[in-house]
Amino acid sequence: MHAEFGHYLLYLALFLSIALSVFPMLGTFTKQDVFVATAKPLTLLFFSALLASFTCLAYAFIIDDFTIKYVAQHSNSLLPDRFKISAVWGAHEGSLLLWVLILSGWMFAVAFLGTNLPKLNYARVLSVLGMIACGFVSFLLITSNPFERTLPFFPIDGTDLNPLLQDFGLIIHPPMLYMGYVGFAVSFAFAISALIEGEWNATWARWTRPWTIAAWSCLTLGVMLGSWWAYYELGWGGWWMWDPSENASLLPWLSGTALMHSLAVTDKRDSFKGWTLALSLTTFSLSILGTFLIRSGTLTSVHSFANDPERGRFLLIFLAIVVGAALLLFSFRASKVKTKADFSETSKDMFLLMNNILFISLTFIVFFGTLYPMFAEAFGRKLSVGAPYFDMLFPYPVAVLAILVGIGPLLNWKHHDFSKLKMILLKVGAVSLVISLLAVWFTGTFYGWVFVGLFLALWISLLSLYNVSKITRHGKNWLDKVKKIKAAFLGMTIAHLGVAVMIVGVVMTSYYSVEKDLRMTVGDVQEIGGYRFEMLSSQVSSKENYQSTTVTFKVFKDNEMILIMKPEKRYYLAGKQLMTEAAIDYTLFRDLYLALGESLDNAGETWSVRIYVKPFIRWIWLGAIFMGFGGIISITDKRYKNLKSTSNKSVGM
Amino acid sequence: MAMKPQRKKRLLTIIGSVLGVGTIVGLVLYASEQQMNLFYTPSEMASGKAPTDRILRIGGLVKDGSVIRSETTLLTTFIVTDLAKDITVTYDKIMPDLFREGQGVVAMGKLNKEGVFIASNVLAKHDEEYKAPEVLDALERAGHPVEKESN
Repeated sequence: MHAEFGHYLLYLALFLSIALSVFPMLGTFTKQDVFVATAKPLTLLFFSALLASFTCLAYAFIIDDFTIKYVAQHSNSLLPDRFKISAVWGAHEGSLLLWVLILSGWMFAVAFLGTNLPKLNYARVLSVLGMIACGFVSFLLITSNPFERTLPFFPIDGTDLNPLLQDFGLIIHPPMLYMGYVGFAVSFAFAISALIEGEWNATWARWTRPWTIAAWSCLTLGVMLGSWWAYYELGWGGWWMWDPSENASLLPWLSGTALMHSLAVTDKRDSFKGWTLALSLTTFSLSILGTFLIRSGTLTSVHSFANDPERGRFLLIFLAIVVGAALLLFSFRASKVKTKADFSETSKDMFLLMNNILFISLTFIVFFGTLYPMFAEAFGRKLSVGAPYFDMLFPYPVAVLAILVGIGPLLNWKHHDFSKLKMILLKVGAVSLVISLLAVWFTGTFYGWVFVGLFLALWISLLSLYNVSKITRHGKNWLDKVKKIKAAFLGMTIAHLGVAVMIVGVVMTSYYSVEKDLRMTVGDVQEIGGYRFEMLSSQVSSKENYQSTTVTFKVFKDNEMILIMKPEKRYYLAGKQLMTEAAIDYTLFRDLYLALGESLDNAGETWSVRIYVKPFIRWIWLGAIFMGFGGIISITDKRYKNLKSTSNKSVGM
Repeated sequence: MAMKPQRKKRLLTIIGSVLGVGTIVGLVLYASEQQMNLFYTPSEMASGKAPTDRILRIGGLVKDGSVIRSETTLLTTFIVTDLAKDITVTYDKIMPDLFREGQGVVAMGKLNKEGVFIASNVLAKHDEEYKAPEVLDALERAGHPVEKESN
């Protein structure tokens, strides 16, 4: 019953989304209030239908209903309950349902939080979101129905969830990532709605801003969770491989970062308007492109669980329609957008413009590197573009961005007199230079990028702190000083400090990691990166749904035993899959990473072992967490509340 | 003819952006040409078509009975075949879990002058059913049509 009901609800959702794309939009043209007023109830119903449908599928997983093909393929009666829930989005069909559910969740939020939008605007934005939703629900129903039955010959037990995905990281990584991907649909809808209306002003930008920052924060955390999950679960101990599936999530992040900064200019200065619109359209298009890349099976990665050419075709057509319609609308309307560029070379506007140019360059670098192999293959040349390409190009724009991010927030809009600031910059530069040189000196080996990275991190941090002290300088006492800091400023500062933290993590991990693949037998001792690893013994045991072999290591530092580590190899019975469970010991300043390769003798006493000592790797994810939460904090700023006015004036900060 | 400052500014902006875009596109093309890894089948490598001075990819099946492991290190030697020609591959790191004789494999590395492929990375996917597109392609090009399977 629940399967049919869930499936029926999806059809209902499809009809609701069609109605939502047609009626309110029609109403905005004919100025009929009856139609305009349908936007909110239709959105609420749409969300409810999807939530109920999703619940049906989750219920099917919990009660082990193996008459449903999707459940039978991706669950198992032995699977622990928490993983039965996360198994709902463990493969293509269910994760697409989650995707649509999250989209409807954003729409629900817009419907509730956007009630102070001008009435026509409100209806139009929801209607555009309805069109996007309509595309994805059709995709779900046509190519990826999660409720398909296997009757009459259903299996007694399921095939099991891919063991890679039986993990806490997977429970939260996809929903977070989708929140980000799909969240950009909101700024896309705002942009399309503004283009249809033919009117842009600072108010429009201020509406879009918190939504964009929210989506960006989720995407930041989602990408970070993916990187962290891959680090501990895939067993190779890397944090970023420039794998196409990673790049697919980086693309909307890069252009979304550009969008977030360009929106600031449009909001505060009422300029960069056409550019901001273009970025809104680009960012969501890149989100769909990312979905296409991962879901079409064109890529080979942990994500490509569903290789069905029909799905790829559908998404490609959908992408073409979205991009085509957006471009068409943009080219007809954008000529109306008049932007006056009245700012000097030394202004916040100029620095944000450079930020945008650099972020777009980075987007282009990643876009080209990711898609070039696909284009080349179309012309019969098989090749791959790997990490060396990205490592060669990526650091330079980032370094320039890091210089800018220190200075930009200190500047006035329109024009800033550098004569006073010059001294500060020189002082901070000198202090950063001395400290980073000393730090590199003490580590012994000189690496150019480590020096540059540490310098930039100090530069950003010191200038951010200076900015805080500047803003609070008129506070009478401690409490008064804190009150001077607005949420938007606080959030920005934290996010920028996150950049500094991440840069430290990246350069330190990249240059000072010690990585060894070794053959070790019980009793062997290895000295790696200042630690001594002693292989003690191995044990085999049976667990809930897998067989486990653990090897015990004693770890010594300066002849003192500091801990015991137990890397594990699992053999999952239902799917006959081998899994590597790395043993990781972490502190803020270093990770010890032990992973088993394979047993090299019959007794299970000799193994190929991967031993890594990775300094500062936590800082990479910590930096991303700073950025994500910085974004979330800045949304709580008062300026985004009570946006009743439609004033066109720029508001100085 | 003297230009108005407004005009001059606009001209400079245009020249600046053309130069900027040009530089970025140029760098991207240069880097991708330098760093891309061309794919070769064992037959192509055996016939000397593949360069020896850059990182390449090879794909095919691990020949049955060809895997030789060192007794003291992780060094593994095996043969990758497209069922027409063989190439010997060496690798001294941890093998992926799904590395098996008779299974598909994709390796990245350099071909040395003796025609031995020194791998720096060996890929096999976390799925027993799966064959990488490169492997299927190599077999097909060597005249062994493979049923394309999707999981």
